[in-house]
Amino acid sequence: MKCVFRTAIVAALAANPGFADGVKPVDVAFVEGAVEASLTGVAGDAAAGREVFADRKQGNCLACHANTDWSEQSFHGEVGPTMDGVADRWSEAELRAIVANSKMVFEGTIMPAFYIDAGYTRALEKFEGKSILSAQQVEDVVAYLITLKEE
Amino acid sequence: MNLKLWISCGVAALATSAAAQDSNALAVDGEALLTEAAAPLHMENVDTIYSGWRFRASETQALQSDDFDNPGMIFVDQAIDLWAKVDGSEGKSCASCHENVEDFAGLRPTLPRVEDGELVTMENIINECRTERMGAEPWKWSKGNMTAMTALIGLQSRGMPVNVAIDGDAAPFWEKGKELYYTRVGQLDMACSNCHEDNYGTMIRADHLSQGQINGFPTYRLKNAKLNSSHGRFKGCMKNIRATPFKEGGEEFKALELYLASRGEGLAVETPSVRN
Ligand code: HEC
Ligand code: HEC
Repeated sequence: MKCVFRTAIVAALAANPGFADGVKPVDVAFVEGAVEASLTGVAGDAAAGREVFADRKQGNCLACHANTDWSEQSFHGEVGPTMDGVADRWSEAELRAIVANSKMVFEGTIMPAFYIDAGYTRALEKFEGKSILSAQQVEDVVAYLITLKEE
Repeated sequence: MNLKLWISCGVAALATSAAAQDSNALAVDGEALLTEAAAPLHMENVDTIYSGWRFRASETQALQSDDFDNPGMIFVDQAIDLWAKVDGSEGKSCASCHENVEDFAGLRPTLPRVEDGELVTMENIINECRTERMGAEPWKWSKGNMTAMTALIGLQSRGMPVNVAIDGDAAPFWEKGKELYYTRVGQLDMACSNCHEDNYGTMIRADHLSQGQINGFPTYRLKNAKLNSSHGRFKGCMKNIRATPFKEGGEEFKALELYLASRGEGLAVETPSVRN
């Protein structure tokens, strides 16, 4: 039973045209504040990324960033800059770097690194060794941010 | 790149100034309480300190301005009963040894303090009376009887300025607390300072970030309808950043309590305060 189950998973992974679970957090290539390559090879889903942005248990980006595109929610944070027009200010590769690990772009920032699974201390047991978002969720959020243009 | 960085910093700075602490004045039953003071010299990054009261909505603020409206006072009344209640093998109550709870005026602002090389908080002092002099069971750190009693005793000092010793014997504990305050922890990798020093005055989703002062503890929270210890609050903030909290009553939180108290030097004791 267990064996059959395993095989099914392997088959599912193999079916994925990208890198299965995606590039490992330690292998993400930051070059001058940008990550050029997709973390998964699977195009991001902007609609899913929009949900991750507001979901308190996922990105919870709205906790710190106001965003007119989410005007149906009444509480927007002010800790970071507004997301309005963010795609006019940053390229896709830069946004990928900011979401994956903002500390590689903004020194000493309060913004959490969403795609690291080590390098933090005293994490609650259920989060130990895990990243806040999955590689695909990062791609989804980036696909969403890229839609936030004003110009 | 650099230019973009500057622009984003500018936007962040604007957001900060738009929603700082308010300018309301706190008086409880007509008696004014200082909610603002010049920061103590040991604070390097802050000029003025403010009570958390200044960051709350006006309806929440109003609850603290009148003892009849302050839900925390119900627990203070319960503590008055506990004060006179005999408990333990020695057949004693608090009142057997301490004639008037009013005699404790002046105690709250000086705690935690070092006694015989150990950092002691009000909870420690209360439990020492219970176990050593009454022969009774110690109370749990954040349980109702303990928070009620720390509220009753703290209330006797309401209006007095926080004034803890941080030099001499206290220095190593204070240093440890300071280090904890600035150390990032948890999956979200944040320190107390990231929210309460770098970003107070801004909204973090529906919450208005204060300086994380402890001059009002134990505090009645509308969220859980009970009195909350400062260690309980530290624990909550650590869990929010997905960090394993230190133990309530443990060495780390006691050191953090001393350090936070010292960041509030000069603010009036507000016990029991009301928060959301
Ligand atoms: C705890 C606060 C916090 C959270 C949560 C947070 N951010 Fe940020 N973010 C910041 C801050 C602060 C900055 C500004 C950089 C700096 O100065 O540290 C920033 C900068 C950014 C920028 C650059 C914006 C610009 O115009 O310069 C982007 C894009 C961004 N964040 C996206 C996100 C996304 C997407 C999420 C969630 C997946 C998120 N942030 C979660 C605090 C946060
Ligand atoms: C992610 C942001 C964040 C971090 C990090 C954080 N807190 Fe808080 N804290 C809050 C929020 C939000 C509140 C509720 C609003 C307020 O009073 O600031 C709060 C409230 C408090 C209060 C109650 C203040 C009052 O007036 O009642 C204290 C004390 C406190 N925090 C201490 C700490 C300590 C100690 C740490 C580090 C162990 C810490 N916080 C880390 C967000 C944070």
